[in-house]
Amino acid sequence: MSSTGSAASRRLLDEIGSVDAVGIEERVAKYGTRSIKKASKVFGLKLAVSMVDLTTLEGKDTPGKVASLCIKALHPHVAPEEAKSLDPLPSVAAVCVYPAMVRHARRHLGNSSRVKIASVATAFPSGQSPLKTRLAEVRAAVSDGADEIDMVINRGAFLAGEFGRVQDEISAVVEACGSRTLKVILETGELETFDNIRAASFLAMRVIRPGDFIKTSTGKTSSNATLGNNQVMIEAIRDYFLDTGIAIGMKPAGGIRTAKQSLAFLIAVKETLGDAWLTPARYRFGASSLLNDLLRQLVKEKTGAYQAPYTFSEATESY
Amino acid sequence: MARLIITKTPKVYVGGAFIRSESGRTFPLKDSLGAFVGHVPQCTRKDLRNAVEAAARAGVGWARRTAFNRSQILYRLAEMMEARATELAETIMLGGTAAAAAKAEVSASVDRLIYYAGWADKFEQVLGNVNPVSGPYFNFTVTEPMGVIGLIAPHEAPLLALVSLFAPAIVSGNAVVALASEAQPYPAIILGEMLATSDLPGGVVNLLTGYRKELLPTFATHQHFRGIGGVANADERKLLQSGAAESIKRVKLTPAEDHFDWMADAAQSLYAIRDWLEFKTTWHPIGS
Repeated sequence: MSSTGSAASRRLLDEIGSVDAVGIEERVAKYGTRSIKKASKVFGLKLAVSMVDLTTLEGKDTPGKVASLCIKALHPHVAPEEAKSLDPLPSVAAVCVYPAMVRHARRHLGNSSRVKIASVATAFPSGQSPLKTRLAEVRAAVSDGADEIDMVINRGAFLAGEFGRVQDEISAVVEACGSRTLKVILETGELETFDNIRAASFLAMRVIRPGDFIKTSTGKTSSNATLGNNQVMIEAIRDYFLDTGIAIGMKPAGGIRTAKQSLAFLIAVKETLGDAWLTPARYRFGASSLLNDLLRQLVKEKTGAYQAPYTFSEATESY
Repeated sequence: MARLIITKTPKVYVGGAFIRSESGRTFPLKDSLGAFVGHVPQCTRKDLRNAVEAAARAGVGWARRTAFNRSQILYRLAEMMEARATELAETIMLGGTAAAAAKAEVSASVDRLIYYAGWADKFEQVLGNVNPVSGPYFNFTVTEPMGVIGLIAPHEAPLLALVSLFAPAIVSGNAVVALASEAQPYPAIILGEMLATSDLPGGVVNLLTGYRKELLPTFATHQHFRGIGGVANADERKLLQSGAAESIKRVKLTPAEDHFDWMADAAQSLYAIRDWLEFKTTWHPIGS
């Protein structure tokens, strides 16, 4: 970070407080030790299913692949015996696709679907395009029928200390997406430190609206959502809420593949933000392979038999 | 100055690593005279679940190896065992087997691996076929490995029976989760060290120690096993068969009452390889 960057960052951190990195790691290490069994496990698994933003973000996405993604989102698991006994198995929260795929998703989900359509926009994943282009992309996704927009922040500007510009750009996207929910991707893997993650969280939260989200990562870099950066962000959300009364949502994305991992994230939410955040309106998982592992564990809880992964339909590849 | 004796902590070989049970439980192992030998992991159904995950991951790559390569690796495992034959014989003697008999069991185990190593690139020629059909087609039957196989070793012949069970399963590209002899688990613990140094990819053979009563129900119902084999008594066979029927897996069990002679010629056979194969028949037009 340049010297101007670090000066700006120091001023902001003086205001919002810095992060005790060792404390955070200690704290999140404890989440894995909770014993969640039987009824609470089933509750957690079903809740996690309802929070999944089922994602496909690949160059090789086709309308056909998006169609199968939508069907999987609406009906995560249909098997004669288990479907009955698992009832009511929720749909996932949303499908998450590239802007060009939004209209195909809308065609398959219809206009009154309980599954939302989220679209990444603003030159995802790098964000390295002129602002004008990024905003045009947001408007295109919205007019094609996206319910939610996942934007990336300008990490280049953030790391250079141009916080005003970062916020102005987010504000411009807020305006462009109108009444649609906005999720602001910080790309934590590129922000280097917990202090930067906290700073970026605050910058974003100050310009987005109640009910909008901050999101860890694009899933396109090697470093994805971890319990650590999730914890830094939900603590920022908590502090911001206590200060202002404004409730911001959270979406960890990328790298969450197992049911066990997702339960640890939910424990973190419950113990940091409380039950009010245990809803798809305020917490999401950006994932694709997670869904089948959740279903696998739910069927296991129901039948008592460990399940083979290949008995669950694949709608997407790993993310 | 007197030296402290450094004893080995018995650990099981799962997914290419030496682990304790996730539960932290162990059971004391005693030799035939009642002297304490060590605390052996008392594996749980969760250890079994983890072992199946490891086997499933490893099995894909193992099945893609060439038959010749699998042959070489089985041969390498035999080499590793031969070099530590004395140590292996001592683990068998813990159960009260006489020295000469223990030595014979180790030799037979090594020879058994050589036997199956030899079959690796030959069973396909014998079991596969070009079938005569009345039409302008080639009709081939080829074999494919099934996937993850669960094996239950008997109390007796703790090394030879275990080797005789897993070798024919892995030679064709299956991955194995095996429960070692409950009465004499120690040879399997030491065998794990040879598996680890044999070029066999981690996870292809996973060995668990523990109580049959605790683990067999999960062997029976785990959907990811494509087959279940080994030695079981009447009650256990019923349990395994009904669980297998539910999850549609192949069952090849030897009754424990038969006291099968693992040293006999009948204990090694091409048909033991066939037990864990699927047959695929394909039609191909000959053309004009």
